[in-house]
Amino acid sequence: MKIVIMGCGRVGARLAGLLESDGHEITVLDNDSYSFRRLPPGFRGTALLGNGIDADALRRAGIEKADAFVAVTQGDNRNVMSCQIARHIFNVPRVVCRIYDPLRRDLFENLGLEAISPTTIFAQILREKLEAPGPQRDALAEES
Amino acid sequence: MYIIVVGGGRVGYYLTKALLAEGHEVLVLERSLTICEALNEELGSICIRGDGCETTTLSEVGTGRSDMLIAVTGDDEDNLVACQVAKHLFHVPRTIARIRNPKNEDIFKKLGIDVTINNTNIILENIEGEVPTHSLTHLHDIRDKGLELVQVRIPGNASTVGKTIKQLELPKDSVLSLIIRKSRRPIVPSSNTVLQAEDQVIIVTSHESEDELRAVLRGE
Repeated sequence: MKIVIMGCGRVGARLAGLLESDGHEITVLDNDSYSFRRLPPGFRGTALLGNGIDADALRRAGIEKADAFVAVTQGDNRNVMSCQIARHIFNVPRVVCRIYDPLRRDLFENLGLEAISPTTIFAQILREKLEAPGPQRDALAEES
Repeated sequence: MYIIVVGGGRVGYYLTKALLAEGHEVLVLERSLTICEALNEELGSICIRGDGCETTTLSEVGTGRSDMLIAVTGDDEDNLVACQVAKHLFHVPRTIARIRNPKNEDIFKKLGIDVTINNTNIILENIEGEVPTHSLTHLHDIRDKGLELVQVRIPGNASTVGKTIKQLELPKDSVLSLIIRKSRRPIVPSSNTVLQAEDQVIIVTSHESEDELRAVLRGE
């Protein structure tokens, strides 16, 4: 698949590495070239400087031929806007959007975006961890 | 009307002042505490500190009963989301977004924003009008019809000077509406009107036909 990733933060860069090792053709878009240092060594995909909420920048990233688009910048609204452009303007078949705000996630999911809220998911994982039965005291702490 | 303004920067400030002067009930949502305090001090308690894209904030300020939401922050994406949340979650009848990147105009329309105000284009159009060598100036957009009103200046050396309107092969969707002569006299053109040097021609046309229209009128 040809996949465009918007945002080369920790998640974006890691995802780029994972997908590349699965054999996909990756383009990573970020508006700060310094972010590209996070890409794994030997990354063979394209790292492109540009603003993902600009239709021209998306075009340069090859959005018109992309099979999938994912937005993982720090800004919920930037992610939402770029994903809507990818979905509704460029007709990308698979679009996934990160939205930290759970309420906004619900809204845009209803408006047809596939959206993930790390806030909700991480809070759930933490709850499961904390409520799971397990050793209560640290062995090292008891010794001292 | 109850109007919510998202963004209390310079545009938001003057807009709010104007809306208040017209007797509307206005509430401003602004993220910066300093700006918020300054607005409240000057205009009365009309500003609430908060993110105009956040559902909880919009709910607290009674967005559900508002007649209009106008998003005028400096970021296109924030204005888009504020309008979309207002429209789809709170069913605000009219949403207006300020746009900085002219290319976003079509995108915002497709994504359901009622009205977009593109300040970059407004400034450009005004500058175009002031640059005498500029051959085609935008005067007005007739948005819902996809048409526009433009003005073309006929230079003295144009090959079309001395020709009648019917001799010109204008694009099909374009209609010559008015000619303003050098003498500043406006005339409604007929098919036998003869173009003169320095005529200002006002035409209803479409964005797509602009280039063709300019070329035909100026004999380029």
